[in-house]
Amino acid sequence: MAEDSTLEAHEGGHAARSTYWIIAVVLAMITVLEVAVFYVPAIRGVIVPVLLVLSAAKFVLVAMFFMHLKYDSPVLTVVLSVGLVVATAIILAIMFLFGAIGRGTI
Amino acid sequence: MTTDAHATSFGLPHRKLAMWVFIGSECMFFGSLIATYLAYEDRSLVGPMPAEILNIPLTSVSTFVLLMSSLAMVLFLDGVQRNARTAARAWNAAVIGLGVLFLAGQVYEFRHFYHEGLTLQQNLFGATFFVLTGFHGAHVTVGVIWMTALLVLQFLGRLGPERSLDVEVAGLYWHFVDVVWIVIFTLIYLIQ
Repeated sequence: MAEDSTLEAHEGGHAARSTYWIIAVVLAMITVLEVAVFYVPAIRGVIVPVLLVLSAAKFVLVAMFFMHLKYDSPVLTVVLSVGLVVATAIILAIMFLFGAIGRGTI
Repeated sequence: MTTDAHATSFGLPHRKLAMWVFIGSECMFFGSLIATYLAYEDRSLVGPMPAEILNIPLTSVSTFVLLMSSLAMVLFLDGVQRNARTAARAWNAAVIGLGVLFLAGQVYEFRHFYHEGLTLQQNLFGATFFVLTGFHGAHVTVGVIWMTALLVLQFLGRLGPERSLDVEVAGLYWHFVDVVWIVIFTLIYLIQ
């Protein structure tokens, strides 16, 4: 593992093995935090934005480090971003059309 | 075949770019299913309702299992790139094992819901929940089959560093299945 710290960008720009382990620990900790937030009644009022931020953080970490977007061509980030933007638009449009926004669903 | 073979005008391998385009289209597919679930989840006329039946502790463990399978996947790719055959086989076996464990949890959950009276036809919650999580489970199943095929190639000695792109493309698919579950876990299970 000692050599890992010097291999921040090897084999086509992928992260070191130690980085993968650190990201996995962070992902596990965020998941524990999410579940903890779910069970704390005191923060019911802000649970939606808190959980969305935590979920987005996990999404970004997996995409950047495990899927190597941080080290790969920006073209791939654009391809994923286009898909995500359209998906978000689909979700908001359907929820708006069905009156779900503001009804308490999200 | 090398990892640089058949590069696109972007300088990227065709298969890698194709997988990312596929992932982009899958975002829209799962976005539609998630939107349908959110639009209908509290419009059921009869129970069971989400708050009555969703098992957060079980799903939290399933989420952890899938996250750790993503770690195993990158270490599998790392092993193939370094030509560390034993490590690569072990990590691929871990990916398969964790994937099967996740699917077992989903089968248990579906059976439990069925016995509690929640079916595909019971109400809008059941219809949208089973379609969304069922499609995700189908994706995990495809991933497990894909990884198993790669494990066979490993034992045949046909998955060396020169074919690491094969593993990288499979890994992109596996990680995407993981990030979809990250979203599902939050929107369907935790935000009720």
